[in-house]
Amino acid sequence: MNTVLNDTVRDTDVLPERIKHFPFPFSGDIYRYSANVEPSRKIITTEAGAWGGRLVHIDEHYLAELKDRDEVLERDPSRLQVLPHMRPAVWDAISTLLPALVEEYPDTLSFAREGNSCRWRNSLQDLDVEFTIGDDTSLPMGPLRFLGSQIQDDLVFLDHRQDALWLDAGVVTFAADWSVGFDVGMKFMEVHHPVPRVKEEKIASRAEQFLMRLQPGEQYRRTNWTLTIDRRLDTSTETYPDWAHDRITIADDPALPDRLHLRVEVQHMIRLPHSGAVLFMVRSYLLPLSDIARVPVWRENMGRVLAELPDDMAEYKGIIHYAKAASDWLLAN
Amino acid sequence: MTATALQTKFHPVLEGTLQLEVTNVSAQTDSITSITFGDPLGELLPSYVPGSHLVVQYGTGANAYSLTGAGNAPREYAISVLRVEDGAGGSLAMHALSVGDRVQVSRPRSAFAPAATAKHHLLIAAGIGITPVLSHARYAAEWGASASLIYVHRPGTGAHVQDARDLLGSGLTECTDRGSFQEVLTRKLTTQRLGTHLYVCGPADFMDSVLEQARDLGWPKGLLHSEAFSAAALDDGQPFAVNLARSGITVEVPAGVSLLETLENAGLSIPNMCRKGICGECAVPVLRGVPQHRDLYLTDQEKADNTTMMCCVSRSLDPELELDL
Ligand code: HEM
Ligand code: FES
Repeated sequence: MNTVLNDTVRDTDVLPERIKHFPFPFSGDIYRYSANVEPSRKIITTEAGAWGGRLVHIDEHYLAELKDRDEVLERDPSRLQVLPHMRPAVWDAISTLLPALVEEYPDTLSFAREGNSCRWRNSLQDLDVEFTIGDDTSLPMGPLRFLGSQIQDDLVFLDHRQDALWLDAGVVTFAADWSVGFDVGMKFMEVHHPVPRVKEEKIASRAEQFLMRLQPGEQYRRTNWTLTIDRRLDTSTETYPDWAHDRITIADDPALPDRLHLRVEVQHMIRLPHSGAVLFMVRSYLLPLSDIARVPVWRENMGRVLAELPDDMAEYKGIIHYAKAASDWLLAN
Repeated sequence: MTATALQTKFHPVLEGTLQLEVTNVSAQTDSITSITFGDPLGELLPSYVPGSHLVVQYGTGANAYSLTGAGNAPREYAISVLRVEDGAGGSLAMHALSVGDRVQVSRPRSAFAPAATAKHHLLIAAGIGITPVLSHARYAAEWGASASLIYVHRPGTGAHVQDARDLLGSGLTECTDRGSFQEVLTRKLTTQRLGTHLYVCGPADFMDSVLEQARDLGWPKGLLHSEAFSAAALDDGQPFAVNLARSGITVEVPAGVSLLETLENAGLSIPNMCRKGICGECAVPVLRGVPQHRDLYLTDQEKADNTTMMCCVSRSLDPELELDL
């Protein structure tokens, strides 16, 4: 293993793209939950580069991640849920996100719409499809699965009724230890029930108030993070037996710096313009500690955050068994 | 159908307001005129949620008008305006518009949305109150949802009567006097199937009366919807002044401009993130005066203490505040 732990790596030009665009989430040595929402598309510069200029981001993992999602859905169709009243919201997301994608990648994608007839071309996938908004049969795999096959983000749809938001649809193949099949039909506050501190600190209720006041056209985002062993996006509750055991053994694994990844979710929240549903998009980025360590400030920040993180948060995030090993490695030297 | 014929671009949404062109003006009745606005370049306008309104600027004022379309990737925004001779002037200004005029409008704002889970939509409108309800009826037709409408209008003076007939067919009940409306209303309120949502728009006393009768007949609050213009928006607020004790300067905060923006313009750097009153980053210490707290961050106790305010959304109840900045 040859990891650069050299404080003189300052010239970000030598860093690979995956590090330069990584949304490093820590701005200091202490991390606590907060209502960390901000307007979307604002570019954030980091020690290594920048991220955040786009609502939807396509990167070098595009094809691999979409293949991964497709396989997960083949194995376990319950990762896609649409309560019947959310059909308009799904079509609304298609009519909103495809043109937004084209705005960001005009050279590789194109979308044209005449009335409800649409044509979508995606040269990254060698795809040319025509479909009709509102007609589920015009997309053989179904509208939500289709949308999920075009962008790397997981998608969650919330209906606003009775002064609450209800998680009533979604395609979520890359959940960080939760399950859309379990959460579908729940209220926003119920969804956040397992999270420590957020009730006492009123973070979830404030977030819900904020989301209920979102007007169409407004776009906000936040980041969330955890640690994941290996480049595994599917860490859903359903596949727990496949990945949970690694959490016990990783601390003593000499390959920890390459196997252990900082997992950052860039979450976008938008009010869909026609259905009025709230769309929650979760884009997950994984970067191994060995890459984090190539940016000296990141190495130190993350090492200190992990060393300081209170047990209840570490327990909830499922990192309590190895957070210290990770922190020790990051802070060594 | 060729690809180029399908090529469309979306209207760039510039900081929430759009400059549109009047594309059509037509009289609905003697006192109600329909006006449509389009993008000067003919591009698609942002979609909207049924029941949304548009804030249209006129001279120094601005008025909210309900959009009458379904809101699905529209080429035009359509409103219908009742002329009010002794009003604030908005309706007269709208009636004076002609094709080709440019107007500044807000993005559509949603404050009267249909319930996605409704088994049936019972729409009730009086007079010009037909406008948002027509939008609901169109949306129901778009998605094959079940809807019916009771429309109260005086004979010969109802707007969009033909539209309503075409859309709803036998689902439309027209009433032309109070007595027959009361009869229909009582019958409808007592015979709806489970899961029906009620939407009402019209004069304030009309809405109050319908809602009260529905509640008296046992309709739960969650099934009742009434048009409330701009309830979803934070209003511009009153102008006030802030005296910055440590900097030794006083700056004016105009209506429609936040305290945070004002402080930034004055050269101060205030930490901030959401600019929406939820993240808690932009707290500023208050030395004197009573802030008008409009944030979601401070607790009720903290708000009552009046020693801290979130300057991105909160304003002042007093003409002047003193801040420890
Ligand atoms: C818009 C829709 C949102 C949805 C659908 C959503 C959903 C979720 C879900 C499913 C979890 C995992 C819960 C579990 O362990 O079972 C979670 C965790 C969490 N959410 Fe949300 N969330 C949303 C927005 C927000 C917002 C706006 C905030 C804060 C401002 C927030 C704060 C949190 C926090 C702090 C956690 C714990 C994360 C961790 O430590 O890994 N969420 N959320
Ligand atoms: S900037 Fe977030 S509360 Fe003011």
